[in-house]
Amino acid sequence: MSDAFYPRDLNWHPASYSPKYKSTALRSPRKPLLAFPNTLTEKSGPVFGHDLIKEGDNDLVHNYAKAGESAIGPRIMVHGQILDENAKPVPNALIEIWQANAGGRYRHKNDNYLGALDPNFAGCGRTISDAEGRYSFFTVKPAAYPWPNSENAWRPEHIHFSLFGSGFAQRLITQMYFEGDPLIPLCPIVQSLSDPKAVEQLVAKLDMPAAHTMDRLAYQFDIVLRGRNSTLFENKLEGN
Amino acid sequence: MIKNRPHKESPSQTCGPYVHIGLTPNLVGIEGVIDQDLGMSMLSDNTKGERIIVKGQVFAGDGTVIPDALLEVWQANVDGLYDGEDFKGWGRHPCNLETGVFEFETIKPGSVEGQAPHIAFWLVARGMSMGVSTRMYFPEEQSNADDPVLALLMDEPARLNTVIARKDGNTYHFNIVVQGENETVFFDI
Ligand SMILES: [Fe+3]
Repeated sequence: MSDAFYPRDLNWHPASYSPKYKSTALRSPRKPLLAFPNTLTEKSGPVFGHDLIKEGDNDLVHNYAKAGESAIGPRIMVHGQILDENAKPVPNALIEIWQANAGGRYRHKNDNYLGALDPNFAGCGRTISDAEGRYSFFTVKPAAYPWPNSENAWRPEHIHFSLFGSGFAQRLITQMYFEGDPLIPLCPIVQSLSDPKAVEQLVAKLDMPAAHTMDRLAYQFDIVLRGRNSTLFENKLEGN
Repeated sequence: MIKNRPHKESPSQTCGPYVHIGLTPNLVGIEGVIDQDLGMSMLSDNTKGERIIVKGQVFAGDGTVIPDALLEVWQANVDGLYDGEDFKGWGRHPCNLETGVFEFETIKPGSVEGQAPHIAFWLVARGMSMGVSTRMYFPEEQSNADDPVLALLMDEPARLNTVIARKDGNTYHFNIVVQGENETVFFDI
């Protein structure tokens, strides 16, 4: 039997209602969340095998490109380790990412930004972490793009990340930003985080030793999922 | 006893308006990257249990539907076991991008370790800072009276009702209200 997860530090996560991020006004639960000790439902989760992933699923430069062609933009590797709160690697985590292209445009019918679509770039990829929790993607650096939240609002360059650990209660979606981007502190979505250290945790670091000479730069981005508390006594929920 | 943890969990950020590019690319016309969107069908011919349909919409604080909401569900098999043979128990169900209706076919789960049968839901949408968790319970189940999670809501029947589906034949209707008067009960799990 797997252990229960540590309770989530909700103050570390963005507030449900973050006034500067306008869309939260009507889409933010306002009643307090109801806590109860993890049951098997929360502790267990779907298992995704490595056989799910085919070669090239983590290569966004080529996974939508015509034969012999590749996506336009600065070529980068994004890599890192999935860890839990106990600093233990999380193997077999399913990682799915999506992003704008190097012109700041998403391949989506609702995105009508002026930035051009790249016929060779879809903007999605996936992989599964290895035995040490490591993962990597090959992609192009997305551009910043404007959005209608407020006057002259721009999203910093970012990649969206979706993560599965070993338990359904670990399910997480977040975004990765790039070291040195001056738009980070100006972004209303980033500002939904109250602790500067929480923001820092989402900023990937330029990783020169991992860059491939004459090919691609590298950014390192480690991700932490909730950990299991092996010292916590099993809290048996009692019915009344 | 809670011991100190060396790391903080990575903080959540909204999935934004284009979550489908990453999670259900084929649905938004991105074909050829992955063969089939993950989790769209939960059943195989060998899955044991009573076939049911679960259907609903997700509502914002002004009563309008949230068509970009994307749900994931996690449930036990007919014997109350998770990730068993012939039934993975996990599904990914985007709402219809025009009508906002989500609908999926599954089986009615068995009871899990003394809990009444239930399906765990997790959902994200643009404008939601973090994924939210709830459960769907079955109205015909006598065992709801002894369920430890429902017991926490016994004094608030209106709140309790937000996590119990409405049955119509083999279809269970389950709407989720993200914000407002009839806000669904969301769990801190
Ligand atoms: Fe984005």
